[in-house]
Amino acid sequence: MIGRIALQLAVLLIFAPLPLGVINKTKALFAGRIGPPVLQPYYDLARLWRKGFVISRTTTWVFLAGPVVGLVVPLLAALLLPFGGLPAPISFSGDLILFVYLFGLSRFFTAVAALDTGSSFEGMGAAREVTFSCLAEPTLLFALLVLARGAKSLNLGALFGPQLAGQWQGDASASLGLILVCLFVVLLVENSRIPFDDPNTHLELTMVHEVMVLDHSGPALGMVLYGATMKLMVMSALLVGIALPLRTGSLLLDLLVFLAGILSLAVLIGVVESTMARLQLPRVPQVLVGTTLLSIFALVLVLR
Amino acid sequence: MANLLLLFVLLINFYTLGSARLVACIRAVALQGALLALLPLAIHGPTGHALLLGVGALLFKGIFIPLLLLRTIREVRIRRDVEPFIGFVPTLILGLLVTAGAFIFADFLPLAHEHHEGLFVPTALATMFCGFLMLITRRKAITQVLGYLMLENGIFVFAVLLSAAMPLMVEAGILLDLLVGVFVMGIVLNQISREFSSLNTERLTALKE
Repeated sequence: MIGRIALQLAVLLIFAPLPLGVINKTKALFAGRIGPPVLQPYYDLARLWRKGFVISRTTTWVFLAGPVVGLVVPLLAALLLPFGGLPAPISFSGDLILFVYLFGLSRFFTAVAALDTGSSFEGMGAAREVTFSCLAEPTLLFALLVLARGAKSLNLGALFGPQLAGQWQGDASASLGLILVCLFVVLLVENSRIPFDDPNTHLELTMVHEVMVLDHSGPALGMVLYGATMKLMVMSALLVGIALPLRTGSLLLDLLVFLAGILSLAVLIGVVESTMARLQLPRVPQVLVGTTLLSIFALVLVLR
Repeated sequence: MANLLLLFVLLINFYTLGSARLVACIRAVALQGALLALLPLAIHGPTGHALLLGVGALLFKGIFIPLLLLRTIREVRIRRDVEPFIGFVPTLILGLLVTAGAFIFADFLPLAHEHHEGLFVPTALATMFCGFLMLITRRKAITQVLGYLMLENGIFVFAVLLSAAMPLMVEAGILLDLLVGVFVMGIVLNQISREFSSLNTERLTALKE
C-alpha cells in the first residue's frame, strides 16, 4: 500500500513538469523559434526554490496557504486515479466526487489567497477564474457519470477498468468520443490555456489565472508552478486513461504507453494554443455551457 | 458507420444553434446535407436507388443550395451575424431539451421492431425540431431558410430509413419543393433588401397600413 502510493507520487512528481516543457516547445516550433529546452520547467522550479520570499505586509497566513494547498491537492487527487498500469492506490465508492471537489478546494484557496493581497486586479482574476470553473464543473461531473454508467460503479479506479476497451468497440463509443472532447475543453479551462486564458500574457487586465499568482515570489511561486503542472498531469491522466485503455500486462510497458499518451496530449495542447486565438471573454461561458450540454447529451445516449 | 454519421448530424444541429456567424451556419448546414448524402449508401449498400438518393442529396443540399445562399449574402450585403430573438445559450438549452425529448418520444412510437434501437428515429425528430427552433428563434430571413433546410434534413433521415418503401419521386418532390422555396426566398430577400435596406423580418410588420 505504502509502496504503491510512493510509486504513484514518484511518477507524478518526476514527470509533472515535462508536459509543460513539451507544450512550450510545440508552441515555439509553430512560431518558427527554437524555444526553451524541454526541461526548462525543471530549471525554473530549481531557480525559484533557491530564491527568497517577498511577502506583502498587508497579507496574512491565508496568502501562503494558497500555494501550499495548490501543491498538495493534485498529489491527493493523483492517489484516486490509475496511472497507466498502476491501479489507483486509494479507492472507495463515490471517490469521483471527492476528485472533482479536491480541485474545487484548491481553487478556493488560490482565490482566497488572491483576495488576501487586497489588489483589485487579483480580485478580478479570482472572480473570472471562479466563474469559469463553476461552469466547467458540471461538464466534468457529467463526463464521469457517463463513465460510471459504463463501469456500473462509482469508483474512480474502476471507471478506467477493462470494460472501457469494450465500450470503445460497442455502441457507447459515440458518447465516449463526446466526453473526450468535453474533458479536453475542461482541461484547457482548468489549466488556463488558450483559448480560455493565456498563460503568457503580461497585461493584468487580460489575465485570468496568472493575475491571481502575481504577488507570489520565490518558493511560493515555485509551489504554484509545480502545483499547476501536476494539475495538468492529473487532468491529462484522466483523458489518457479514457483514450488509451489498452493493457499489455507488463507494468513498465503500460507506464510507457501512459507517458507517451500524456506527452502527445501536451503536443495537442500546444497545437491548439498555436492555431487558435483567445476567445472573447463573454464567449467563454457560452462555450462552457455548450460542452455541459454535450456531456448531458452523451449521458442521454448511454442511458437509453 | 451510420450511427457515427447520425451523431455528427446531431452535433451539427447544436453547432448551428450555437453559432453566431451566418456563413459558418450555412457551411454547417451544407456539411449536414453532405453527410446525409452518405447515409443511404451506409445503410442500403451501393444499390441504384441509394446512389440516386445520395447523389441528389449531395448536389442539392450539400452544394447547390448553400452556394445559392452564400451568393445571396454576398449580393445583398447583409451583416454577417445571426440575430437571435432569444440568446444563444437559451437556444442551445432548448435544443438539448428537444433532442432529449426526441429520444424519449422515439421510444414510445409504434415502430417496426428493427427501428427501435439505433439513432435513426430520434435523430430525424431532433433535427426536425432543431430546424423548427431555428425558424422561430432567429430574426434574419436567411436563417429562416436555414431552419427550413435543417427541417428537410430531418425528413430526409426518416426517408432513408424507409427508402425501400418510399418511392424516389417523393424525395425528388421534397427536394424540388425545397429548391423552389429557396429560390423564392432568395427573390424575396433581394426585394426586402431593396425596399428596406435591412433583412430583418421584424420590420415586415411595418408593411401593414
